Amino acid sequence: MTTPAYPMTRATGCPFDPPPQLRELQAEEPLTKVNIFGKDAWLVTRYDDQRTLLADPRLSSDVRQPGYPSPTGEPPRKDGVGIGFILMDDPEHARLRRMVTAPFMIKRIEAMRAGVQQIVDGLIDDLLAGPNPVDLVEAFALPVPSLVICRLLGVPYADHDFFQQNSKNLIRMSAAPEERAAAHGNLATYLDNLVGEKLENPADDLLSGLTERVKAGELTRQDAAGMGVLLLLAGHETTANMIALGTLALLEHPDQLAVLRETDDPKVVAGAVEELLRYLNITHNGRRRAVLEDIELHGHVLKAGDGVILPNDIGNRDPSVFADPDALDLSRDARRHVAFGFGVHQCLGQPLARLELQVVYSTLYRRIPTLRRAVGLEEIPFKHDGAVYGVYSLPVTW
Amino acid sequence: MKVIIDQDKCVASGQCVTAAADVFDQRDEDGIVVLLTDNPPEERAADIHQAAAVCPALAIVVED
Repeated sequence: MTTPAYPMTRATGCPFDPPPQLRELQAEEPLTKVNIFGKDAWLVTRYDDQRTLLADPRLSSDVRQPGYPSPTGEPPRKDGVGIGFILMDDPEHARLRRMVTAPFMIKRIEAMRAGVQQIVDGLIDDLLAGPNPVDLVEAFALPVPSLVICRLLGVPYADHDFFQQNSKNLIRMSAAPEERAAAHGNLATYLDNLVGEKLENPADDLLSGLTERVKAGELTRQDAAGMGVLLLLAGHETTANMIALGTLALLEHPDQLAVLRETDDPKVVAGAVEELLRYLNITHNGRRRAVLEDIELHGHVLKAGDGVILPNDIGNRDPSVFADPDALDLSRDARRHVAFGFGVHQCLGQPLARLELQVVYSTLYRRIPTLRRAVGLEEIPFKHDGAVYGVYSLPVTW
Repeated sequence: MKVIIDQDKCVASGQCVTAAADVFDQRDEDGIVVLLTDNPPEERAADIHQAAAVCPALAIVVED
């Protein structure tokens, strides 16, 4: 048998479902070798195995470890530049992560709810006053997280076009390595300048908080700028794609959309957000790890120096955990999903993502109840080549 | 029912607070988990087990 290549292709006409080959492997070969950029790596497709391994310290998130399966085929930079804490192991990972955990606490995020509601309402006002049809991605899905994360970090929103362009280039898998390097360089330079400004004139925002750490000698200025790039990127693309792809999925499931349109119960909305996170799996290229010490699983040995890929898209469709997993069912309890990953690297920004999605999903369809696609489903361009899955545009009308 | 937390493992994801805000809280300065009561009432059992199940760092142990 030839080793299958990863990532795999989704079935034509099934934009929300993971590739059928992943489903076959999950049923028959829960642990299998795949080929990625000419090298082999282990592919782990079952939910329980994924959680077990993601919590195992014998797996490393350090992109510089031998065997780490690069998602782009490019070797990591040995000097460590541009490697945020998501690509590090403890204790360094934990030290850096803990410097930015406080602004993402449930209580502090919850205190932002009224502000986020105001942003969302304002954008919907603009939407209703503007052209119809309109591209929901440009007019709504991107500006929501953009405005929110800029406010949280303390980035002037006037610069958001610059960010969106560069972050787009940075996460497009088909971009040339030089293009990606240039985009990263642009963002790093911008953030470095901003950190410089905040060192002189701190305000009440996350970046200013990091400059306190720089002054105290706990963090270099370069690391502070790098963390800014990481949080800005993570805050932009993920939530934007959840908003646009989630809206498309709901438009394709009118009975489920009705649940959100008709409820004013925050618990129902919160549950719906969890189910959409489970169902859509926008981070569809798998968590990546390198094996540090041999691990036995299902009669195989994952050897030190091997690479491991743990795709949450198929993990979240494991029928042993979620009954009828391919059904979008906003009333199910989906809280155990691994859309934010699992283990010590689980998404730091998840309380913020949840808040934004709860506000968006509970507002958009109630305020624009006739919202619908303006083009055929076959005309919607999907981000098959993106590190984050979603749609490049979503023309809508009402 | 006894709940035990490991603050050294905690990654401040806040999942436990979302599951059972009357049992778990987050420390103001860094978001690390704080237990509000280590002997919560039985009727909170389902939510507390949920909190332990979704904790990404496996920092919550429940003894029934």
